[in-house]
Amino acid sequence: METMTFRHATQKPLAGTRAQAITGVVASGNLEVLLERVLPGDACTIEIATPIEGFGDVWEAVAADFVARAQPGGLRISINDGGARPDTVSLRLLQGARLMEADA
Amino acid sequence: MTGPNSSPIPNRDERNASPTGMSWYEASARQRVAALLDPGTFEEVLGPEQRAMSPHLPLFALPRAFDDGIVVGRGRLDGKAVSVAAQEGRFMGGAFGEVHGAKLVGLLRAARASRPEAVLILFDTGGVRLQEANAGETAIAETMRAIADLRRDGVPVIGLIGGRAGCYGGGGLIAGTCSRLAVSEGGRISVSGPEVIETNKGAEEFDSKDRALVWRTMGGKHRRLTGGADAFCDDTVAAFRTAALDLMGRAPALDLATLEAEQARLEARLARFGDCRDATEIWSRLGIDDPAAVPGLTAQDFDGLVAGLDGMDHDAR
Repeated sequence: METMTFRHATQKPLAGTRAQAITGVVASGNLEVLLERVLPGDACTIEIATPIEGFGDVWEAVAADFVARAQPGGLRISINDGGARPDTVSLRLLQGARLMEADA
Repeated sequence: MTGPNSSPIPNRDERNASPTGMSWYEASARQRVAALLDPGTFEEVLGPEQRAMSPHLPLFALPRAFDDGIVVGRGRLDGKAVSVAAQEGRFMGGAFGEVHGAKLVGLLRAARASRPEAVLILFDTGGVRLQEANAGETAIAETMRAIADLRRDGVPVIGLIGGRAGCYGGGGLIAGTCSRLAVSEGGRISVSGPEVIETNKGAEEFDSKDRALVWRTMGGKHRRLTGGADAFCDDTVAAFRTAALDLMGRAPALDLATLEAEQARLEARLARFGDCRDATEIWSRLGIDDPAAVPGLTAQDFDGLVAGLDGMDHDAR
């Protein structure tokens, strides 16, 4: 099991007021993403636990791309991975951000 | 999908247009709970942000889930207070681990104090999680005890079964202790699963690749016809919601009379069907003219068939 944490600064807080959301399921080729609005509006952390070791560079790139696109300021994002491909990870992260953009 | 000659069968977007129209089989545990209950009434206990995860799976380098594969909490069903547990069949086959089981047992025990109008268990499980089998087996036993206590206190426990993992192993045992069960075509109820039987007794005994055999032996229609379930529903959240409300209103007491009636019913069932070699023989002996047509019947036609047979409804389980 490999764990990693990426910390990013964002230009703005994510819209919406929802306090938390979860999307996806830990299944083969899938993952779950838990999002919590608990950080300062200009910060985002992404914590990952994956049983597939040795892909830290890919995770780092996917996380950086997501932060640049969604500007998820204020979110602590936690991932339990079931061996998802990078495109699935991107999709789930964007789904999660969209859920958080709703009003509470 | 959107052409002028598109099929009359509703496509996925149309079926999912309303939350209760969504497929039960395809929905996740969280989607089932949200769509089953009155909108916005669900309050989760030990939600994913609490991170109550398995302490055992990391030993096997296996990924964990923030909710350990089960969603528990309270909400309202048509205004009535209910406690709800929903298993996620896609996480480790919905199997019982230590935390997963403890959440279900805790919900049931708490319901003895809060006395909801019913406890709903949305089964979707292959049984006990092998990586934490002792804790899982204990959880199965504790769950059955908690259900018996709750039913003796007069709170009905309703099982809803229609997920991809079915209801197998210890889940099948727990289902047997519920007040009432609703099952869909895709839901299956048994203890040993098809592959377990084939592994132990050979493909001649039970061919797990023969889907028609699996469904007609363990599937919802057969369980309904042999008294193993009390309602057969379409694969929609709306159908399960209707069934749950109906079954809540006519749950039997758990007392000596019910248990004796169940014992008598099971003895009679064994005497009547014990020598049958296939489910279709049982259906034929029940008085169904065309048993081969049963698997193809719609829920509505199937209900009509059941209504025409004797002894389908009983208060024993």
